[in-house]
Amino acid sequence: MKRAGFTNVWLPIALLLPQLSIIAIFFYWPAGWALQSSFYLQDPFGFGSTFVGFENYTDLTRNREYLRIAGFTVVFCGLVTFFSLALALLLAVKADKVIRGAKTYRTLLMWVYAIAPPVAGFMGIMFFDQRNGPITEFFQVLGWDFKLGVNYFDTATAMIMVSVWKQIPVNFIFFLSGLQSIPRAVREAAMIDNRSAAGRFWGVTFPLLAPTAFFLLIINITYALFDTFGIIDTLMKGEPGNNPMTLVYKVYLDGFRGNDLGGSSAQSVILMILVLALTVFQFRLIERRIHYT
Amino acid sequence: MAELSTTSDTLTTAKAQPVRRKRIKISNIVDHAVLIAGAVLMLLPVVMVFLTTGFEDTDILRNGLRIDVGPHMGENFSNAMFERSGFTEAITGMRMLTNSLILGVGFALGKIAISLLAAYAIVYFRLRFATLAFWIIFTTLLLPLEVRILPSYEAIQRLGMTNTYGGLIIPLIASATATFFFRQFLMSVPEELAEAARIDGAGPVKFFIDILVPLSRTMIAAIFIIMFVFGWNQYLWPTMITTEESMFTLVRGIKQIVAVLEGGTIPEYGKSLALAIIAMIPPVLIVVFFQNWFVKGLTESDK
Repeated sequence: MKRAGFTNVWLPIALLLPQLSIIAIFFYWPAGWALQSSFYLQDPFGFGSTFVGFENYTDLTRNREYLRIAGFTVVFCGLVTFFSLALALLLAVKADKVIRGAKTYRTLLMWVYAIAPPVAGFMGIMFFDQRNGPITEFFQVLGWDFKLGVNYFDTATAMIMVSVWKQIPVNFIFFLSGLQSIPRAVREAAMIDNRSAAGRFWGVTFPLLAPTAFFLLIINITYALFDTFGIIDTLMKGEPGNNPMTLVYKVYLDGFRGNDLGGSSAQSVILMILVLALTVFQFRLIERRIHYT
Repeated sequence: MAELSTTSDTLTTAKAQPVRRKRIKISNIVDHAVLIAGAVLMLLPVVMVFLTTGFEDTDILRNGLRIDVGPHMGENFSNAMFERSGFTEAITGMRMLTNSLILGVGFALGKIAISLLAAYAIVYFRLRFATLAFWIIFTTLLLPLEVRILPSYEAIQRLGMTNTYGGLIIPLIASATATFFFRQFLMSVPEELAEAARIDGAGPVKFFIDILVPLSRTMIAAIFIIMFVFGWNQYLWPTMITTEESMFTLVRGIKQIVAVLEGGTIPEYGKSLALAIIAMIPPVLIVVFFQNWFVKGLTESDK
């Protein structure tokens, strides 16, 4: 709050009211409702529900399929995060170095940010098409009989590739702005101290980029968890079958298609706790990051 | 000046110079090669999808994506925009485009208006429950809509807001990202401004409209771009909340397109790909043309 604040009583309340009421109705009510129904077993025909305590949660820990999906989610998040960060960092370092055409490269490398995940997924369907998708044909040349939507591993590969493609721009933008905020003096000093470009990068540039990278790590995990829903849904063409999926997709599937409200709510709560932990971690990093500068 | 420095340079490094210059050139070429490869990786898939809209459905079915120009582009795009389709024959690309625009603009404007007011209240007023309001609002940063998607749907259904623009837009606004951003910005506005305004006899409303809003113009523009793209690209929420085809957005329409791809008849590839291109044009244009604002908004709002 500012020292020179105004002292009206009702005006700030009126100003806050729209936001608070929207949050109350569309955030706290649903979140509370999810928490509550995660402790109940819903009758499939809509005739009331019974309190079952933590049974929905313990069921999940014993559910083979759920554990497999959780496992896939971890691998998926890890690979998407790693590859999109690595490729974006490489491109950002190069874009930061060149003088001629820097602006053009920046535009060309970031515009994919604006493409919706399901649109990217749809493009993926065309590229990984079993009969004549260009990437499928390329894999076939390498001796890999790629089958999207049939083979678990192949479908997972396609999902990861499209998700990485879609996420490179965000990471690129953040890395580039991180690189450009490194003071000139520091760069020049590094030039004098360390003649090899690789040594300069790992010894000086990379540590200075570490706060950006940590921050991006969280952003990317959140992206892989939630925003890839559209990519996953389109690449499996809406037919879950035996296809790989993430935890968020499972929440949607069980609750919306399977009508298992209790189980789906318990999954929602688990995800909420996961995101909460990530965000707390992120806030602590940001606090530390302020001390850096 | 230039001559002076070159002469002193040639004096000291006359021997080393040719070698070093050559090395710089090679590494320069590598830099450009990597960047060009990256640009092609980003650009080529979309270019191929775009060019493939120039062919007939049977042709695309047989030969897949293309990298040459075909004669049917205009036809495919006009079908995508104006031909009625869908189960109830109620939806055209034009209609979906309108819905997408309403969602994108409505979401961005709604979020900015509500967030700016809330941030102003939190930063500039002595409120007894300011800290409480702050926490009530900022807890929402923690949980994206996706984790509470089902109960949110339930809430909308009970309120009878399915298949309405309100039901589509308002729940998406229930997150504090923009409020947080505007709060950070208003905190950085000099204290003296409010003091001066008070001494001049300007009330809080006048101060807000005449000083703070014009001052935040760039910030508002940056947030608008990010929020518009975010709203336009929404998928899961529109998929759940709109069941009537006349309410579909372009991105929501992709689900319908993909579902038909598995059918027995020849899928309408040309039209579908054209729709995919139409779905990316507005957000891409905004991001490319306003990229300085966009980058500023993105890198500063997430801090």
